[in-house]
Amino acid sequence: MNIYWQTLKRDLNVAIRNPSSVLNPLLFFVISVSLFPLAISPEAATLSQIAAGIIWVSSMLAVLLSLNSLFYHDFENGVLEQMLSSHHSLSLLILSKITAHWILTGIPIILLSPLLGLFLFLDNIGVKILMLTLLLATPSLSLIGAIGASLIVGIKNSGMLLSLLILPLYIPILIFASSAVSQASVGLEVTAQLYFLAAILVLSLMLAPFVSALSLKISLE
Amino acid sequence: MSALTLNHLSCQRGYNLLFDNLSLVVNSGDILRITGTNGSGKTSLLKILAGLNTPEQGDVHLDDYPVQSEEYQQDTIYLGHLSALASELSCLENLKYLTALNQAIDEQALIDALNHLGLQGYEHEYCAKLSAGQKRRVILAMLFVSNAKVWLLDEPFTALDPQGVEIVEKCIEKHAQQGGICLFTTHQDSALKNQKILAL
Repeated sequence: MNIYWQTLKRDLNVAIRNPSSVLNPLLFFVISVSLFPLAISPEAATLSQIAAGIIWVSSMLAVLLSLNSLFYHDFENGVLEQMLSSHHSLSLLILSKITAHWILTGIPIILLSPLLGLFLFLDNIGVKILMLTLLLATPSLSLIGAIGASLIVGIKNSGMLLSLLILPLYIPILIFASSAVSQASVGLEVTAQLYFLAAILVLSLMLAPFVSALSLKISLE
Repeated sequence: MSALTLNHLSCQRGYNLLFDNLSLVVNSGDILRITGTNGSGKTSLLKILAGLNTPEQGDVHLDDYPVQSEEYQQDTIYLGHLSALASELSCLENLKYLTALNQAIDEQALIDALNHLGLQGYEHEYCAKLSAGQKRRVILAMLFVSNAKVWLLDEPFTALDPQGVEIVEKCIEKHAQQGGICLFTTHQDSALKNQKILAL
């Protein structure tokens, strides 16, 4: 388990010393959300209805943007080869890298979401449920995204391929999360959606590290 | 006494058969230099031995342990073409992590290894600021602290100056004298004593 923390610490150190790789997806997230009122309508009634969708779609695209670099640099400089030839479980090492990705992308998105929610006139209960859905589902975005990132690791200019692979898998999360926020805003029960998001998280936590490890082995052959 | 056994190995890349029915036993204390022209399969062979590639046919064992086993992986170290260093991290930070992938870390031993390779004062220097030869020295410092029985070194002397080559050669010889096994590829002349040659 020690190697899990060491990999996590290493990845966080690398990211902190190369802040553009962390800040770019977050800036994209904030800018894309802030453009919607200009394009659609600045009216509170309109924006509050679509706020959940805007924030959720933007956060998914921001996560997608950051996934390209999840394994790429380690593949380029040969660290992945060292990980593969190590006696430690590759799935555990990948889980650690996914955790670092979530800390650097998912947590900032969760922390920014109340501000952006208020900016889009989302009510208090809506903001609370928005944060809860992001907390439950952003780890799933990182976990599922790692499968795609490991499949395309050796392919150049593969951004579009990653989107084609991953976005269909993100759709259930998008549907349950945005519907939870919309329903909470009109006072309806949202437990079912939250349970679905939690189930997706457990499922992806169980499967994604193993599938990613297998994909990486194939990609590096 | 350990023995690395290669049984009827075949390797194919695309439509090219790189080598076929390769059988070999490398014993404790052996230094095996793998030679061949570009594209003859030297790196592919080392990657098969490191468990990174799967052969078309055949298998590899270290004593009774197959290449996929945890015991095999624990007893081998593979240093490839690539530096395996993150440019955002210092020499010591990189080495600490790469060593941790194989064994427990002894920070002082790593600093001593860097000093031995002429990198005293560079422990906390970011790898982005090092030359290609210095980066090679950093990664080769792993050999000085390694507990692995089998060293798989792909072009270890690339970018090294003659003094660097001499230091690494001495390290390989010492490893062999202590009962270790070393397989390496190089296009350069090597003054290693008692080296055996495998031509692909």
